Amino acid sequence: MSLVSIRDVRKSFGPNEVLKGVSLDIAKGDVVAIIGRSGSGKSTLLRCINGLETYQSGTIVADGIEVGGAATNLRELRRHVGMVFQQFNLFPHLTAAENVMLAPTVVNKTSKAEARATAAEVLAKVGLSEKMDAYPSELSGGQQQRVAIARSLAMRPKVLLCDEITSALDPELVNEVLRVVEQLAREGMTLILVTHEMRFARDVGTKLVFMHHGKVHEEGVPKEVFAAPRTPELQQFVGQVS
Amino acid sequence: MLQFSFWDILSNLLVATQWTIVLSLIAFFCGGIVGLILLFMRTSRIAPLEWFTKIYIEFFQGTPLLMQLFLFFFGIALFGIEVSPWMAATLALTFWTSAFLTEIWRGCVEAIPKGQWEASSSLALSYIEQMRYVILPQASRIAVAPTVGFSVQVIKGTALASIIGFVELTKAGTMLNNATFRPFLVYSLVALIYFCLCFPLSWWAKKIEGRLNVAR
Amino acid sequence: MSYKLQFAELLPYWNVLLYGLVFTIALTIVSTAVGIAVGTAGAAARTFGPVWLGRIVAVYVELIRNTPFIVQLFFIFFGLPALGLKLSETTAAFLAMVINLGAYSTEIIRAGIEAVPKGHIEAGLSLAMTKWEVLRRIVLNQAFRKIYPALSSQIIIVMLGSAVVSQISAEDLTYAANFIASRNFRNFEVYLLVALAYLVLAMLMRAALRALGRVIFKAR
Ligand SMILES: Nc1ncnc2c1ncn2[C@@H]1O[C@H](COP(=O)(O)OP(=O)(O)OP(=O)(O)O)[C@@H](O)[C@H]1O
Ligand SMILES: [Mg+2]
Repeated sequence: MSLVSIRDVRKSFGPNEVLKGVSLDIAKGDVVAIIGRSGSGKSTLLRCINGLETYQSGTIVADGIEVGGAATNLRELRRHVGMVFQQFNLFPHLTAAENVMLAPTVVNKTSKAEARATAAEVLAKVGLSEKMDAYPSELSGGQQQRVAIARSLAMRPKVLLCDEITSALDPELVNEVLRVVEQLAREGMTLILVTHEMRFARDVGTKLVFMHHGKVHEEGVPKEVFAAPRTPELQQFVGQVS
Repeated sequence: MLQFSFWDILSNLLVATQWTIVLSLIAFFCGGIVGLILLFMRTSRIAPLEWFTKIYIEFFQGTPLLMQLFLFFFGIALFGIEVSPWMAATLALTFWTSAFLTEIWRGCVEAIPKGQWEASSSLALSYIEQMRYVILPQASRIAVAPTVGFSVQVIKGTALASIIGFVELTKAGTMLNNATFRPFLVYSLVALIYFCLCFPLSWWAKKIEGRLNVAR
Repeated sequence: MSYKLQFAELLPYWNVLLYGLVFTIALTIVSTAVGIAVGTAGAAARTFGPVWLGRIVAVYVELIRNTPFIVQLFFIFFGLPALGLKLSETTAAFLAMVINLGAYSTEIIRAGIEAVPKGHIEAGLSLAMTKWEVLRRIVLNQAFRKIYPALSSQIIIVMLGSAVVSQISAEDLTYAANFIASRNFRNFEVYLLVALAYLVLAMLMRAALRALGRVIFKAR
């Protein structure tokens, strides 16, 4: 059974239909790279998966929880579905370690000591052991984004959603973040990434999804899809970005 | 007729000033607590709660404080409860203060970027937890200056309690004026005492605001 | 609550209420107009005037902003006659409101003036405009556009604050309420009705000021 199952999801902002019947199945350990033009609905789809956006019809089931239901326990859902944002969104009044410890202590009621140990572990994983007590304003963009990843990891999510997490970074900082994501993929973490890094999508992804006008226009194994795009839209898109 | 020296007048006014200060402190702190509760309701995105707070704020910001004092003074009596000017003034000033503080603080909450809400939502924090651990710690930093600034309005607002018979600085001024027939002196002193209470707070509020602007 | 609200007993006094309402509206409009003129002059004096004048204006602003309106009113109505300046209730009320709004609007307008980029003034001067033309057409125009919402709120605050003039027997809406309450003893009903009248007045004023703002600032 798939870990995340998306069935014919439709979503409109007012009269503007942004998702026009999206279906997608994501198994445990998949690394899904979602690509597509600006405005094609990539972020919206991602945000529907953890309930940041509501949708009008269709179903999304993530880790056995139906997302759009009236009585859905969003808190339970979000404990297992992490998200990393383009703009990092670190809490500026908390240190790196405190950012990481917040959800475990508040939501999971983990003890401070245990949460601190977890923070040390996940911050080490993203290569920031020595920055535990630094405030976000004292960190570079790449370091902030790695703290944001660590913050999500501390909740031991089953799926991690990443929305263009390198797009706000200076070019020389992109790789340090991508390396962390690659490491996670290798460890078997289920990842759904919206990305403009085509090479990364091809090399690290296990599944590629090309979105166009609010629909999944083409999907498949990244290497095959990139080597031989079937639709003219994807051919054109790949030609433009690479 | 009793003779009042300058010092008699001043010392009587200073005694009454204590009540201005007490009433201000009570109104400010009780108003702050009620305002905080209203703030949670106002930003909860639960429609009935938002509507209630909107109407509440509209009423207390859109009617004269003097009317509110009258309404509490005569309204509570309808329930067969004996009302003292003290009780009516405390209640009216508390509710009036809370309405303004809620609006001030809501502005500060709304100044926090949306990403902070989204990130904390994604970490499974509930609304109360988001406010408690993420939003309010940041909003309170920018709230200090306007809140201190508003405390000046509270002190000035307590002057209206004199009209329903609460003996504070303004009422004491009126009484002393009736006894001494020296209105120019009495009201100059009253104004001066209010100024000494309010000006340091105004000055402090301005200073914090300036510092915050530099920090950004 | 065993008490029954009796709004019908207010009906015979409708003309008293109407008179008070008209008085409050008229007092507000006139003192707003004069008060903003005072504020504009005060703000100009603080930003462009000689230093000594700026200091005097600053003292005036701080004195008014840090004392209660009711004390200002009492000082004018009861205190000034001691210096030989006897004012009628209405004049004293008007004067107190002008002085009060004048101080607040000085601060508001000054902030607006200071937000006008220096380059705009230099550009105006380099176009051979006189200093006066630059002040009126460039500085004040932009400043008012910017601070109009803040000024509108302050006008409404002053209108609500005017309820206090009833305390020197100026015959405003609150005075009417006190008058009726002293006759029929329906205190709560009267004050509730009048409070709602103020509320409606405040809302209407807000709408009117917004509409006025659109008219003033769109055409230019
Ligand atoms: N909150 C919103 N309100 C109204 N319209 C929105 C909102 N969020 C997104 N949209 C619209 O939905 C469409 C899809 O937006 P979305 O952010 O999902 O695109 P995207 O594929 O992520 O694009 P990008 O690559 O630029 O991030 C766009 O046309 C956008 O204008
Ligand atoms: Mg996007």
